[in-house]
Amino acid sequence: MNVILIAVIVLGSIGLVAALILFLAGKKFAVHEDERIGQVQGVLPGANCGGCGFPGCGGFAGACVKAADKGSLEGLLCPVGGQPVMEQVADILGMKAEASAPKVAVVRCNGTCESRPRIAEFDGAQSCRVQQMLGSGETACAFGCLGCGDCVAACQFDVIHMNPETGLPEVDEEKCTACGACSKACPRGIIEIRLKGLKNRRVVVLCNSKDKGAQTRKACSVGCIACQKCVKVCKFEAITVDANLAYIDAEKCKLCRKCEDECPQNAIHAFNFPPRKPKVEALAAEKPAAPATEKPAAPAVEKPAAKEATVPVGSPTGNVEPAKEQEKA
Amino acid sequence: MKTFNIGGVHPAENKLSAASPIKVAAIPKQAVFSMFQHIGAPAVPVVKKGDEVKVGTLLGEAGKGLSVPVFSSVSGKVSKVDAVLDSSGTRRMAVVVDVEGDEWEENIDRSDKLVTMKDLGNITAEEVVNRIKAAGIVGMGGATFPTGVKLMPPPGTKAEAIIVNAVECEPYLTADHRLMLEKPEQILVGVQLIKHAVNCAKAYIGIEMNKPDAIKLLTDLLKEKAAQYPGIEVVPLKVKYPQGGEKQLIDAVIGRQVPAPPALPINVGAIVQNVGTVYAIYEAVTKRKPLIERIITVTGKSVAQPSNFLARIGTPMQQLIDEAGGMPADTGKIIGGGPMMGRALMSLEVPVTKGSSGLLLMTEKESRRGEASPCIRCGKCVSACPMGLEPYLLAAYTRLKDWDGCEKNDVTSCIECGSCAFTCPSNRPLLDNIRVAKQTVMGIIKARHMESITKK
Repeated sequence: MNVILIAVIVLGSIGLVAALILFLAGKKFAVHEDERIGQVQGVLPGANCGGCGFPGCGGFAGACVKAADKGSLEGLLCPVGGQPVMEQVADILGMKAEASAPKVAVVRCNGTCESRPRIAEFDGAQSCRVQQMLGSGETACAFGCLGCGDCVAACQFDVIHMNPETGLPEVDEEKCTACGACSKACPRGIIEIRLKGLKNRRVVVLCNSKDKGAQTRKACSVGCIACQKCVKVCKFEAITVDANLAYIDAEKCKLCRKCEDECPQNAIHAFNFPPRKPKVEALAAEKPAAPATEKPAAPAVEKPAAKEATVPVGSPTGNVEPAKEQEKA
Repeated sequence: MKTFNIGGVHPAENKLSAASPIKVAAIPKQAVFSMFQHIGAPAVPVVKKGDEVKVGTLLGEAGKGLSVPVFSSVSGKVSKVDAVLDSSGTRRMAVVVDVEGDEWEENIDRSDKLVTMKDLGNITAEEVVNRIKAAGIVGMGGATFPTGVKLMPPPGTKAEAIIVNAVECEPYLTADHRLMLEKPEQILVGVQLIKHAVNCAKAYIGIEMNKPDAIKLLTDLLKEKAAQYPGIEVVPLKVKYPQGGEKQLIDAVIGRQVPAPPALPINVGAIVQNVGTVYAIYEAVTKRKPLIERIITVTGKSVAQPSNFLARIGTPMQQLIDEAGGMPADTGKIIGGGPMMGRALMSLEVPVTKGSSGLLLMTEKESRRGEASPCIRCGKCVSACPMGLEPYLLAAYTRLKDWDGCEKNDVTSCIECGSCAFTCPSNRPLLDNIRVAKQTVMGIIKARHMESITKK
């Protein structure tokens, strides 16, 4: 009887002391986690893609809460969730969401199998990174798409796919979350995460070649040759030529499409514009000069030409030069 | 028979051009001098379009840090200084010279007369190194590391053995073999110069057993003139690839193991120089001749006359192929260098550079890589790896982008010899993947290093 009592007392007191220590240790070493972090994480998509620049959604939630404590959510964006998710996050944190323009991945190379002849064959491991390390790839362009699909493998959302006909990757704009994984995977930095633009309309230079014009022309029939024509025609100073390559600043671009018409190499492409009608054509031509006036009855003669030919009208060199290229080939 | 201890393979030797004497290749009509012919910072062009140059005129001075100068190997007029396609497959800065005549700079001694150490009088070690540096000499086995830097051991280290790399373990290549047969005494004087430069008493010439004539010639010469060339020994080695690797050769010849990077051969007291480099050193020091020509093997199973050429640096590869009997119809792949470590060339306009040891025209059939099939865990790559790495594992980590795993498994020790891919029965592109990992991990290490510096 006595033995049992002693055992109970001893064990009980040990238990009490241990409980006390645990309680104190728990207080002292408590890791305080802001409960808002959990709430924020709850509304995030949970893809853990890292597109926001943080290690997974947990990291992003932590960063949001921290930023909210400092007073602004500026610069934080979940590319997958986009604006709606950021608004929810802002609600939880009692902030106002920054207006953010949606972005999309753009493959800045249009060197299809046709326009960019192969001069060599690569039979090593089918990876762009391996190819990039061993030379200039299968074509004479040292800046264009290598076509092994490292970007396809990097995409978590099944958005980017190789087109076997062109040998180039294509982005499904609807599904693209602009997380940037493909852009990071591309050893040549061809894929740009770019503003989606008004009504998803964009004008982009589809070339990444920093070679001199003559060299680019030899390697590819649709490469940017840095002729500066687009720079001259742009009334909004949206286009700059750096290192033999034109670049259109999406924020400055007013989508007038003049550069597209002017480009002798067809390197500038406009996305998601409705098929050209005479009205649009005229508008595009008139806009910079007099944006307010509309000319519905524009010269109808231009219409069929503009529609049929991919070679831009109104630029004589544009018509002549590609033809010359074909002759040479 | 001596050889290195870990791994190695024995590919078919195919030394087709071993019996063909060195031919002097014609001077090209136009020569291209890349500013990127060596490891380290590129040379900086000092000439401009329209300048007249002679053979031996400085075209590009050494850049900052690790670098060497580049000299003209022809006389004529500079036609452009611009980015030109080179053997790396990319466009890089180069000087192009349109050739007119063959005028040499006056200070270069063009005679064939052998100059011995005695003739040089009491030349100082410093002077030897300076002349080597000024001649723009780099490792001519293919790695193109600036030789002058190698001959200045960092403080705290001492050269205990000079090892001349005359192994030529790459199949097909015979440039070093022919050089030994045709310029044996010059090579021995070159070895003496290196010994003198780093104040080292002992030198070894490592030669594989598939070159018995060279072994015999040099051994006899050393016996005959023992007093004139003291402290030099010929070491016959078992035929095994990659014995020409610096670390493998040190292991094979003096039985010392170089620790993992950043340790260098000099940390175990060894300095390794390729036999071609030794000859260039001889010419630079005794004849004041900068590095303007080299011996290059042009070979292949279908090539009409597999040959060894003494070619001016800057000569287009196409010309050498023409001189060797033209391009065979069944050529599938053209490799700059040997079949194991060489790189396929994108164009035949690329010029001969300081590191071009060979030009191999592989037939269509030979050059096809087999279809890769799954790894069967046979472990052949592990036993073949001369650095004791586990290639299958590194390749798997690379595919998973586990760079930490790669680093822990010493991917940076890889010498890219290709023994793993050569031996793989499943034709897996092991080296392709490991190279990616090596490059990435080196980048990570560098970034970490930079970060630690900025933190301090």
